[in-house]
Amino acid sequence: MTQSEHSSKQYDIELETLRSRVLEMGGLVESQILAAIDGLMDGDLRALDAVVEEDHRVNAFEVNIDTDCSHLIARRQPAAGDLRLVLAVIKIVTDLERIGDEAAKIARMGKQSHGRDRMPNAPIAAIKHVGDIAIGMLRKALDALARLDPAAAAAIVREDAAIDEEFRSIVRQLITFMMEDPRTISTAIEILWIAKAIERIGDHSKNMAEQVIYIVKGTDVRHTSVEALEREALS
Amino acid sequence: MVTVAMPQALPGASPAPVPLPKAEARGLSFSYGTFQALQHIDMAIYERRVTALIGPSGCGKSTFLRCFNRMHDLYPGNRYEGEIRFFPDNTNLLDPHVDPIEVRMRISMVFQKANPFPKSIYENVAYGLRVRGVKRRVILDEKVENALRGAALWDEVKDRLNDLAFNLSGGQQQRLCIARALATDPEMLLFDEPTSALDPIATASIEELITELKSRVTILIVTHNMQQAARVSDFTAYMYLGKLIEFGITDDIFIKPKRKETEDYITGRFG
Repeated sequence: MTQSEHSSKQYDIELETLRSRVLEMGGLVESQILAAIDGLMDGDLRALDAVVEEDHRVNAFEVNIDTDCSHLIARRQPAAGDLRLVLAVIKIVTDLERIGDEAAKIARMGKQSHGRDRMPNAPIAAIKHVGDIAIGMLRKALDALARLDPAAAAAIVREDAAIDEEFRSIVRQLITFMMEDPRTISTAIEILWIAKAIERIGDHSKNMAEQVIYIVKGTDVRHTSVEALEREALS
Repeated sequence: MVTVAMPQALPGASPAPVPLPKAEARGLSFSYGTFQALQHIDMAIYERRVTALIGPSGCGKSTFLRCFNRMHDLYPGNRYEGEIRFFPDNTNLLDPHVDPIEVRMRISMVFQKANPFPKSIYENVAYGLRVRGVKRRVILDEKVENALRGAALWDEVKDRLNDLAFNLSGGQQQRLCIARALATDPEMLLFDEPTSALDPIATASIEELITELKSRVTILIVTHNMQQAARVSDFTAYMYLGKLIEFGITDDIFIKPKRKETEDYITGRFG
């Protein structure tokens, strides 16, 4: 990516402001997931309430950044790398907002199941584990965006397969519990929604990584194989 | 020769025909006296497509354009090197034995500032035909009407063909110049910044016209307005200091150029 400056300094400032606001939004979303999963594990109702309330800030970020992008397109008619950056930001911001929604969902589920007897042998550790992977993926995606690093972005895509596998394993466990003891069904279903929300966070982080590759390489690697994506990212 | 990967057809669509070159510059260099303005340009101009030439002032884009209709012949001290092959007959346009008048019948030019002759609208368009020896009124009438229709001007002027061309608006005068250029049924049209003196509405109508004309005629356009190049052209060539830096399909050039120099220019960075 070019490091030289635009003839218009104002244009440079606008692009830089856009990038830093996306990263700021990413930071807020990351702290939302952390708070939701920690609150769930600790049974901390106040923390979970705070996550649900803060979601409106995530939504506001999405609206404001999309507006900035439309102004930039109208004013500057960006081309090449600048154009790809703006298009990618519009998509990344959608994924970040959805991750925010998933965090709020986890928090609501946590509130709902608070105080109820946990099912014995509930796969809590597995939930924590898959949650940690998802947060790691989001962090790495934001980092890859900040450094415009396609190789780092490609690595994230492989991790999504790990999350999907863990999710399927959790589902199998839950099905077994439900078959053995139908009284666990309500709790099991709540755990299932939570696991699904975490799995979706992984998907959205993967989408963001694909956009980073688009910004740097100019190739749309969505819906391609992992091998093809890596080839493009590392070329 | 710069080759361009043609766009892949979408699944299920029938493949677009691969365009053939109408002209090819081969090792084209040009000097104004001692100053070398063009350096070894190899480039194809594809038939019935619009090719845009972009680049900063002084890059040689107008100089390159004017090689195609031998405009430089008009001034002493100019020197061409290399060839421009014109198809299907494979004529070298720069060959001193090739008559420049004949070249200009096949390749017409439209300039930045509309320059109608101090004659009527009709006579402006008929002039090139009369020079060619067409005398019969019936044929002239038909060709003038076709040319004016081709330039999207007929409906506005059909009832005042004997009015002086200077009475037309700027945009209409430019379309009259296009009609004049079309009258001799040229195979190629050269546009040298055709809309830089026009307001946005007149500009849009000329761009619309260019898009219609390309189904009949090969078009090479010089423009310093990059958005115009992006809007109207199928292929774009970026030039700098007399060299061809990059040539490609317009969408590719504007979304994912191969050369950093091209990216810097089209994004407005001069590092």
